Amino acid sequence: MEVARYWRTTKQRYQLVGEKCPQCGRRIFPPRDVCPVCGHEARTAVQFSGKGEVYSYSVVHVAPEGYEKFVPYIVALVRLAEGPLVTAQLTDVDESEVWIGMPVEMVTRVLREDGERGMLIYGYKFRPALPVNNQAPQAAAQPMRTPLPKANGVHPEPVLQAAMP
Amino acid sequence: MRDVSIIGIGQTPVGEHWDKSLRELAYQALLAAMQSAGVERVDALYVGNMLSGELTAQEHLGALIADFAGLRGIEAIKVEAACGSGAAALRVGYMAVASGLCDLVACIGVEKMTDQQGSTVTSALAMAADAEYEALQGLTFVSINALLMRRYMHEYGYRKEDFANFAINAHANAVNNPYAMFRSPITAAQFAEAKPIADPINLLDSSPIADGAACVILAPTSIAREFTDKPVRVRAIAIATDTLAVHDRRDPLYLEGGALSAQKAYAMAGVGPADIDVFELHDAFTIMSALSLEAAGFAPRGQGVRLAMDGEIGLNGRIPITTMGGLKARGHPVGATGMYQIVEVAQQLREEAGLNQVKNAQLGMAQNIGGSGATVVTTILERI
Repeated sequence: MEVARYWRTTKQRYQLVGEKCPQCGRRIFPPRDVCPVCGHEARTAVQFSGKGEVYSYSVVHVAPEGYEKFVPYIVALVRLAEGPLVTAQLTDVDESEVWIGMPVEMVTRVLREDGERGMLIYGYKFRPALPVNNQAPQAAAQPMRTPLPKANGVHPEPVLQAAMP
Repeated sequence: MRDVSIIGIGQTPVGEHWDKSLRELAYQALLAAMQSAGVERVDALYVGNMLSGELTAQEHLGALIADFAGLRGIEAIKVEAACGSGAAALRVGYMAVASGLCDLVACIGVEKMTDQQGSTVTSALAMAADAEYEALQGLTFVSINALLMRRYMHEYGYRKEDFANFAINAHANAVNNPYAMFRSPITAAQFAEAKPIADPINLLDSSPIADGAACVILAPTSIAREFTDKPVRVRAIAIATDTLAVHDRRDPLYLEGGALSAQKAYAMAGVGPADIDVFELHDAFTIMSALSLEAAGFAPRGQGVRLAMDGEIGLNGRIPITTMGGLKARGHPVGATGMYQIVEVAQQLREEAGLNQVKNAQLGMAQNIGGSGATVVTTILERI
């Protein structure tokens, strides 16, 4: 098992915590400790808003080990509102509904499973941005929309509602 | 620094070699190259390979292949730079000879991929990407290229079929290459109907995984003619890097590492793109051909596909590419690919390319790409 390996990146994966360069002000995600623009050391942690838009996308049909049960799934490059691009899956959306420029927001979901008795790895995915002024209190009280079960009998991925610690 | 030349070349056919192990493939290519150079021993052996540990549970390839080839005692190490491993091994060999530390050096690229099933190979290839921020998201090597291709089509207004000629040209050239994996031509209609893999990439955009090994022998140019009457001079070889992850690039549609390594190589050789007669580029996917042509200065940004659409990439075109089939049709044994490119450029410059011979080829270039552009090796070779 590789518990420590995943544990040490939980802030990035659960909360989208990156860095800010104290020299040039650039927001950096994923965190890399040295600003890619000015070369200054950048260790000031910053939480990103999780808002962004689709820069490009594709669909994975032949998955790597640990991702087989999720196929087909949509992968994307998302341009975060703060500037950086991030690689992530899109969720709660059908491929035919995705377009370049589509507004999206971050959610926390299961990324991979290491077998029946192995670890569940959680992390960020992005879904179509929900309207902000549309009965927000009721919407928050309702369960998050879950994708319909696939026709081939594969169950939808588990949905994590609360932010992870 | 000493001038360096290739004095011998060797390769195995690319394909599914169920009956041959990694060490046997490497030895076969090494032996062919040593015979071609007429040498019985080398001072050092550099082995380019990406996935031997993951796919065949075998590392320590330097000692393994030196031992198996009867060269026990010599300096021998493995060099790894993802799919750029083959040409990276050539760079190490070049430095050894140019520096004066070694006289005769063998550089091998070898990969054995067909011992494992698809999902294992898919996971292994994804190791070229950022494990924590790309592969963990379930990204595959194909889907990374699909992200680039979709954005490229979006920004520059191309259609899917505009990329067809990269694949058609590669297959047409592979027909005459006895070492190629797919020696059958394809049509535009077949390209249009090919099975989607990761939209917009389909089967005929994509190079096949395979087994294979290729090898060159290097020597100082001053003594090269003692071994062969067809030495090929290494005018330049340069490695440059870019961010490992595509999302960290300043512009994902520009191969900065490709541009940088090409510029370094042009400067080292004192030539420019207009002087290149043959260009073996890294067509792992058709989008990579377009990006590589742009990075190496053969087309302005967003115009790489035009060269294919306008028929400029054929054997008689402005810049012939993938003249022996490229990754697409010769096959893509990942860590060996860079060395196949070098062997094929050398074939052109030695007038050994048969029906695919580019007339009066004096200067040839190869660009070998690791990952989706994080390592790029550009090599310029010259007939002397």
